[in-house]
Amino acid sequence: MSENNGSNGLRLKVGLAEMLKGGVIMDVTTAEQAEIAERAGAAAVMALERVPAQIRAEGGVARMASTKKIREIQAATSIPVMAKCRIGHFAEAQILQELKVDYIDESEVLTPADELHHVDKHAFTVPFVCGARNLGEALRRIAEGAAMIRTKGEAGTGDVVHAVKHMRQIVSEMRALTVMSEEELFASAKNHQAPYELIRMVAKTGKLPVPNFSAGGIATPADASLMMQLGAEAIFVGSGIFMNSSSEFAPPEDAYKRARAIVLATTHYKDPKVLLEVSEDVPSSMKGLAVSGLQEKEMLQTRGW
Amino acid sequence: MKVGVLAIQGDFEAHRRRMEQLGAAVVEVRKPEQLDEIDALIIPGGESTTFLKVLGEHGFEKLKQFVLTRPTFGTCAGAIMLANRVENPSQPGLGALNVTIRRNAYGRQVDSFIGKGSAVADLECGGGPLEMVFIRAPKFEHLGSNVEVLARQGDDPVLIRQGKVMASTFHPELSDDTRVHAAFLKMVRNGNK
Repeated sequence: MSENNGSNGLRLKVGLAEMLKGGVIMDVTTAEQAEIAERAGAAAVMALERVPAQIRAEGGVARMASTKKIREIQAATSIPVMAKCRIGHFAEAQILQELKVDYIDESEVLTPADELHHVDKHAFTVPFVCGARNLGEALRRIAEGAAMIRTKGEAGTGDVVHAVKHMRQIVSEMRALTVMSEEELFASAKNHQAPYELIRMVAKTGKLPVPNFSAGGIATPADASLMMQLGAEAIFVGSGIFMNSSSEFAPPEDAYKRARAIVLATTHYKDPKVLLEVSEDVPSSMKGLAVSGLQEKEMLQTRGW
Repeated sequence: MKVGVLAIQGDFEAHRRRMEQLGAAVVEVRKPEQLDEIDALIIPGGESTTFLKVLGEHGFEKLKQFVLTRPTFGTCAGAIMLANRVENPSQPGLGALNVTIRRNAYGRQVDSFIGKGSAVADLECGGGPLEMVFIRAPKFEHLGSNVEVLARQGDDPVLIRQGKVMASTFHPELSDDTRVHAAFLKMVRNGNK
């Protein structure tokens, strides 16, 4: 299908991200969780060996999920299935593409495999999503071929504070570009360490050239609404649905109610009446870990360059 | 005249932009009662299972009443919603189109493609090939005798009409060509087919 290389290839990659807008992408570690996610209205699932809260608590090297696990999850659901590869680990990505996952997340949640280079995402047919904390990071990932950006936040904490910080940062940096002169745009490209062409594109539209989703610490319907109101186009929820704490799973019925409430809150993010209604259906939330109490070296968001 | 775009989830913004470009007043519809305020509806691409879950029973019934009587256009997930029979897996359909539709019929995302297709019937807005963006697309199977095929890709029917309801398995909202939306808008403005 030669027609689908180059710019058409990118259109197809961004096209699937367009279809996920306004939706919730949920981390799942079993086929049963994938079924619960789909039943609750998830727009996609992320197949993982362990959710970020477990990875954070248990330590060790976090790698791509086992292919057996990914296949089980693919068989259990009709919605798109994403999976994570380690930063720079293009061989994991090649395996995930062979498995026909629908999106690859080159993720800071896993242990990085390369301290300098990210995956050349143009070399793949399958689309990639990457995390970013600021505009420069987002545009570097887009230059490498990412078809979707998500704010990094601080995964596995249930604390939304850095998801907010990174979204506000990116939105305000984009807004600043829209009023700059030509000379300032050149200087900006240097300051953001991002390609000038992409800086210009953002200056013209005030938006990233690919969809901009939010991740990293979203745990409640109110968190989802907050991120959507701040400019996120869809929501990733990791540990907040299926975990009560970093070691204890939530009962499936509680997880279902949380998942459903977050889905409804994402659709109706501007409607406080609905937000109240759906919040009342949530039995409990993940205990969480305050980001302000974390040491710099405990943070996942600093991975990636 | 107001055109609603179902904004539960999916690429509703792309449809909104296209309809505004064609001069229509557009409303994003998130709640069932908003269906009373519009003259026509677009159901966008996205995940049909998400649409069903967010609509709930009440929303589904209300939407069904709308699409059985008023002009409606569905793309991809929207086409799945409008069918009377859905396979792979089976799920409820609104029954506005006398067709069976098969979800993810081409495969997964790596099997998504941009192709060219030909308009079979006159789209009433100029002929010539149409660019067609297929993303994890479904296929129409077993078309009823009252279903008109407006365009094909290869041998497959990909744009169909039954009465006031149109549906495509591809995403005209992701191409620059405005003809498919223009044809829908013309049908809406004429009040009937």
